[in-house]
Amino acid sequence: MKKRSFKGGTHPPAKKELTAKSPIAAMPLPEEVLLPLSQHLGAPAKPLVKPNDRVKTGQKIAEATGFVSVPLHSSISGTVKEIAELPHPTLGVGLAIRIEGDGDDVWDEGTKERANYSGLTPKELREIIREAGIAGMGGAAFPTHVKLSPPQEKPIDTFILNGAECEPWLTADQRLMLENGEGILEGMRLIMRTLGCQKGCIGIETNKGDAIKNLQKLSSAYGYEVIPLKVKYPQGGEKQLIKAITGREVPLGGLPMDVGCVVHNVGTAYAVYEAVAKGKPLIERVVTVTGTIVKNPQNLRTRIGTHFAKLIEECGGTTETMGKLINGGPMMGIAVETDEVPVIKGTSGVLALSQKEARYWEPRPCIYCGRCVDTCPMGLMPNMIGNLAEKEKFASAKEYGVLNCIECGSCSFVCPARRNLVHLFKYAKAKLTQMKES
Amino acid sequence: MESKLFLSSSPHIRDDVSIPKIMWTVNIALLPALLGSLWFFGLRALWLVAVSILTAVGTEALLEKLMKKPLTIYDGSAVITGILLAFNLPAGVPLWMPAVGSVVAIGIGKQVFGGLGFNPLNPALLGRAFLMASWPVHMTTDWILTRYGTMNGIDTVTRATPLKVYQLARDYLSAHQGVSPEQLSQAKVTLTHLSQAYRNLFCGNVSGSLGETSFLLLFVGAFLLFLKGYIGWRIPVSFIGTAALGAWIFGGTGRLFTGDPLFHILAGGLALGAFFMATDMVTSPVTPKGKLLFGFGCGLITILIRLVGGYPEGVSYSILLMNLIVPLLDRYTKPRRLGEVRR
Repeated sequence: MKKRSFKGGTHPPAKKELTAKSPIAAMPLPEEVLLPLSQHLGAPAKPLVKPNDRVKTGQKIAEATGFVSVPLHSSISGTVKEIAELPHPTLGVGLAIRIEGDGDDVWDEGTKERANYSGLTPKELREIIREAGIAGMGGAAFPTHVKLSPPQEKPIDTFILNGAECEPWLTADQRLMLENGEGILEGMRLIMRTLGCQKGCIGIETNKGDAIKNLQKLSSAYGYEVIPLKVKYPQGGEKQLIKAITGREVPLGGLPMDVGCVVHNVGTAYAVYEAVAKGKPLIERVVTVTGTIVKNPQNLRTRIGTHFAKLIEECGGTTETMGKLINGGPMMGIAVETDEVPVIKGTSGVLALSQKEARYWEPRPCIYCGRCVDTCPMGLMPNMIGNLAEKEKFASAKEYGVLNCIECGSCSFVCPARRNLVHLFKYAKAKLTQMKES
Repeated sequence: MESKLFLSSSPHIRDDVSIPKIMWTVNIALLPALLGSLWFFGLRALWLVAVSILTAVGTEALLEKLMKKPLTIYDGSAVITGILLAFNLPAGVPLWMPAVGSVVAIGIGKQVFGGLGFNPLNPALLGRAFLMASWPVHMTTDWILTRYGTMNGIDTVTRATPLKVYQLARDYLSAHQGVSPEQLSQAKVTLTHLSQAYRNLFCGNVSGSLGETSFLLLFVGAFLLFLKGYIGWRIPVSFIGTAALGAWIFGGTGRLFTGDPLFHILAGGLALGAFFMATDMVTSPVTPKGKLLFGFGCGLITILIRLVGGYPEGVSYSILLMNLIVPLLDRYTKPRRLGEVRR
């Protein structure tokens, strides 16, 4: 089995064994959900409901504002309690709709199965996907229909299904590939039809042999190729994945469509299948709830908007006091302020760290060991950029390519001086955006 | 929730490789050569190394205390400087010399610039250069014989290092006048003897600086660092490769391509320099191409000094000179970014 990969990268401890073997369990219906209006990249959705309105499961409660935006649907049936600034897993706080459930889970009349969806045109498919509120479920939450609307002068010849799941601890994609492989492949077929694209590849890291086998078996009918990838972080990075599978390099500052590729996460493909075949908007997802202090780490299929606290509770709580709670995995996840934050469309994992694991590493001056340069999957010099950002030399940081940084965290991970490189890059990027605007 | 959650930027996990871990591993990697020096030069080697380490660590502690900076003596970097400085001294120097050298190495070579990470030059080499400039007689004549070794009888007479003997012989052979036929034939015999002394040169059983003589023991330590990923192959290979190539092409007497590259690899401080000092993280480039160029420059200057310079050995000056252009090397050898098209 030839394993393909990219240049650079690192090997953080995978820790996937905690949840890799546990089937996806259904999370009980939450009593209350928080549905932030900004769960995707782009313009926040605009509320269509007001407090005290009754809503049903799957009912559209906020509409997209502009092209790069998606609508939002209620994930339970119940009553709208408030629309206010509420805890948000990636933004701290954000405008959100709070819904108190009635416990009945009455579905909206609009959510009906389509008996025959093979006659739908690409345009109709795109519209269904957009109306279902689907945004990339690997973490970045970029509106899916936008990626499915490449301009005519950029023909797409290769679609890549991203099943790499290189982020440590997380196994949600792996379980989904094992348990819902048919749905994923059907979603993939629909995506490729929307794109008018012939060649389909599925990239999976070789530490998920069961998922590779399952999709290989199922995909023979579709003619898709499953490509085993070397286990190396960040193999699932869009540009790294395209490089590994096609050998093509997305131009600096460009998009995958510039090299004829579109990449979607396996969770997204499954959501597309559910939206098209079952008429179901994106109101639930699989979340890996894990951590050494979590009593029964597992994968839960949960409604969007469920509090993190409820997920941890469902997993038996924690064996010791939590030091850090993360939306996502340990490499790219965002530390949250409170366990009152809800699961959003891009929440692939909830990781609880003990107080000891959540320690702060006191940074020291750079010793120019060059480990970050060797590991950077974008070919940057993180040490230089970090030093420049620290000295507030943002224009120079830009020359050294800070804007090309994908924030994968490999450099910070390997840094023996424990420098907070990603933090410095995010700071420099924000400052550069500010400078551009003013 | 009763307890506060800790917030910080991603990533939330770190590799267990830290500065102290790297530095102490380097110290461990220097142990084989240290034990070798004890074997070859006797207990005296231990005193020199001990004085050097203690002064280096003491100077670092004192200066950091005076400047009210966090104490970094436990990270192992000052210990490395102490060992390397002692390794660069003739085994017969008086004990105050490593002490003075270490004070300069840590004080002027490192702390003046802000401590580990900010020093442009290899501190140990700066200390050595200071001693060389201040007490050149001690630094060039205090050689002592190794306990067991002779180099086919040569250095029992002269007590000089193999490179010094080599330099003298070459001078005779390339001189056009004033050399008697006896001296000429003796020089030829000397060169033949030198190239038959590979085994002693390889094991380190020859006169020279304390820790530089054994290619074998230095290589063992360097290999450990290579396996741990703390040094790469680029600097040592291009350094030694360039020096060997230069020696082969220009090192002969009279004709090109008649030199003895193996002798040049094994003799003097090339192994110590290429494995442990040119690879110093702080004072070497971070980019792959920069590392190759850095090693190339070191090798070139080394062989230039050895073959045409006034000193028999040029390793330490070559590294110091190349240290100075490291920022330039890094700047002009930026790696190609993923998706970058170069015109």
